[in-house]
Amino acid sequence: MEKFTTFTSRLAPLPIDNIDTDQIIPARFLKTTSKDGLGDQLFYDWRYDQQGNPKADFILNRPEGRAAQILLAGDNFGCGSSREHAPWALTQYGFRAVISTSFADIFRGNSLKNSFLPIIVSPDDQKKLFSAVSANPEAAVTVDLAEQKLTLPDGSSVTFPIDAFAKNCMLEGVDELGYILKQEAAIAAFEARRPLSVNTLA
Amino acid sequence: MAENNGAGSKPRTIIEKIWDNHVVAEQPGAPPLLYIDLHLVHEVTSPQAFSGLRARGLKVRRPDLTIGTTDHSIPTYDRNLPILDKVAEAQITQFEKNCREFGVPFYGPHDSQQGIVHVIGPEQGFTQPGMTVVCGDSHTATHGAFGALAFGIGTSQVEHVLASQCLLQSASQTFQVRVEGTLKPGVGAKDIILNLISRIGIGGGTGCVFEYSGSAIRSLSMEERMTICNMSIEGGARAGLVAPDDTTYQYLSGRRYAPKGKEWDRAVAAWRQLPTDPGAQFDKQIDIDASSLEPMITFGTNPGMGIPITAPVPDPSAYSDPLERDSLGKALRYMDLSSGKPLLGHPVNVVFIGSCTNSRISDLRAAAEIFKGRKVNSKVRVMVVPGSQLVKKQAQAEGLDRIFLDAGAEWREAGCSMCIAMNGDELRPGEYSVSTSNRNFEGRQGKGGRTFLASPLTAAASAVTGVVTDVRTLL
Repeated sequence: MEKFTTFTSRLAPLPIDNIDTDQIIPARFLKTTSKDGLGDQLFYDWRYDQQGNPKADFILNRPEGRAAQILLAGDNFGCGSSREHAPWALTQYGFRAVISTSFADIFRGNSLKNSFLPIIVSPDDQKKLFSAVSANPEAAVTVDLAEQKLTLPDGSSVTFPIDAFAKNCMLEGVDELGYILKQEAAIAAFEARRPLSVNTLA
Repeated sequence: MAENNGAGSKPRTIIEKIWDNHVVAEQPGAPPLLYIDLHLVHEVTSPQAFSGLRARGLKVRRPDLTIGTTDHSIPTYDRNLPILDKVAEAQITQFEKNCREFGVPFYGPHDSQQGIVHVIGPEQGFTQPGMTVVCGDSHTATHGAFGALAFGIGTSQVEHVLASQCLLQSASQTFQVRVEGTLKPGVGAKDIILNLISRIGIGGGTGCVFEYSGSAIRSLSMEERMTICNMSIEGGARAGLVAPDDTTYQYLSGRRYAPKGKEWDRAVAAWRQLPTDPGAQFDKQIDIDASSLEPMITFGTNPGMGIPITAPVPDPSAYSDPLERDSLGKALRYMDLSSGKPLLGHPVNVVFIGSCTNSRISDLRAAAEIFKGRKVNSKVRVMVVPGSQLVKKQAQAEGLDRIFLDAGAEWREAGCSMCIAMNGDELRPGEYSVSTSNRNFEGRQGKGGRTFLASPLTAAASAVTGVVTDVRTLL
């Protein structure tokens, strides 16, 4: 994983609540065995018509949306399935962060493991951002993960919460598995004092 | 959550007890490391995890606590016929190769015990009270019906569990869902969970684990409890569970992988310690009066958009929040529905009876009761898809397959099928289904398809009449 660095970007607004992972990447694209090529399938059924032609009014098909590395969404973004293909598709498309008032648990966890930052803002700040981008599609925000700070288009800034461990992994560009594997002694000790629950090989 | 400071201390919920029993290590600056007792894997969310193991030169740490099945992308037509979708076939082949290479036991498409991952775990006795259970699938909460802490994970975490049998996991909040009273005829487990989700919304349980309790939950069978726990994620909760009781032990006793003899006695004694202590505090709580419930149906594009079947479809203009209003308006446009009147009488193209929510033997029996002596409406395609090969065998032993076929329904092979529509079983654009599955998101059952979620009884009743129907008119 690459280190997550501070960046400034425009916003691609999707003012819809409860955007689910079936919209982010429809299930028929989950038959792949790799992580590659999913960016083309991001929001596929919102992005393309039945004939596969881009829908002109969808934000990712408009010049202002194409220039954005941050998605601005309605409440409860990423609800639905556990498919990690959702953050894979978002990052492969070129997004680095998504702003909402809340995120579904599994999606949030999956995102953090792929250096894709879910930024939680208050409903007021969410409204402010939708207004700002509607007034000026070039309105930009700056994301500073180390400081957990989002600088809004008007120059004011807000802080956002993030799990300290995940933040560190993203800043360092390392994944969790390395840390988990270093706990081998504790895992072995736990197994030694606990009998086997079920033997699927039996 | 509570510290693991043993008996005689602060009263704990069952959620906290299971959690405390599985914390392997807690280090400053990192979430607790949680041990996983049972890891279920399937073909869709595991290939990249196995690739990750290969890239790092890692083994599966505990293949004996891991079980694989093929369910999501396999066809539900005759298993002796070739798989027409070559991409799906390649995924299934890769899954079998991965399981063999890493020593993970699995049920392939031709296995007599193949089935939906959340059906086979319980029916074979893999799923047991007090366990931690994970799977790369958001409906893993199904296993919570046994008093297990069971939740869905992404593919990175599938890799973590394969490699270490552990997860880094922060504790959730606890959310008590108390359902008291007696259900009316025609109302069942599916209606309880659809009612809950319609009340709290699909983000209402985010960050929480539900404990379902109360007299109405106690009186449910294990399969009905699975239906409720299954849809916890549709209320935003990653897990939902029911404390084990005699109903649980009766279901488990004698199952292939359940403990036997003295081990069984020891296990039951331990399981009896799991229920929530009197006086334990929950972070959130909601009460539902079971006797007030009606059959539920969804009208919109998320499972929270549900109404009693006799109630009118809500009007977006009644909502003050503009985003909420727009989201509801968008849903009604997608569904091509107008507000103000009930869905009753709305034409239906397809009825789907299946999925990890409602494909068990009791679901098939309930549907068969409605189909018996009746015919499916000639305009409706009806698919009955058993949750596993064992469910299929049992249904055939009871003659349910004859009832479905005589009525004009399709009797298919086990799998996820039209719940997720990635195996060729799908709606055509614009079609309406009444479906016993768990999600009505846009395109979930096929691009442009429109889904009404309901119970097996409501689905079967609508299959017979060809329109959305209150099953109580046919009872």
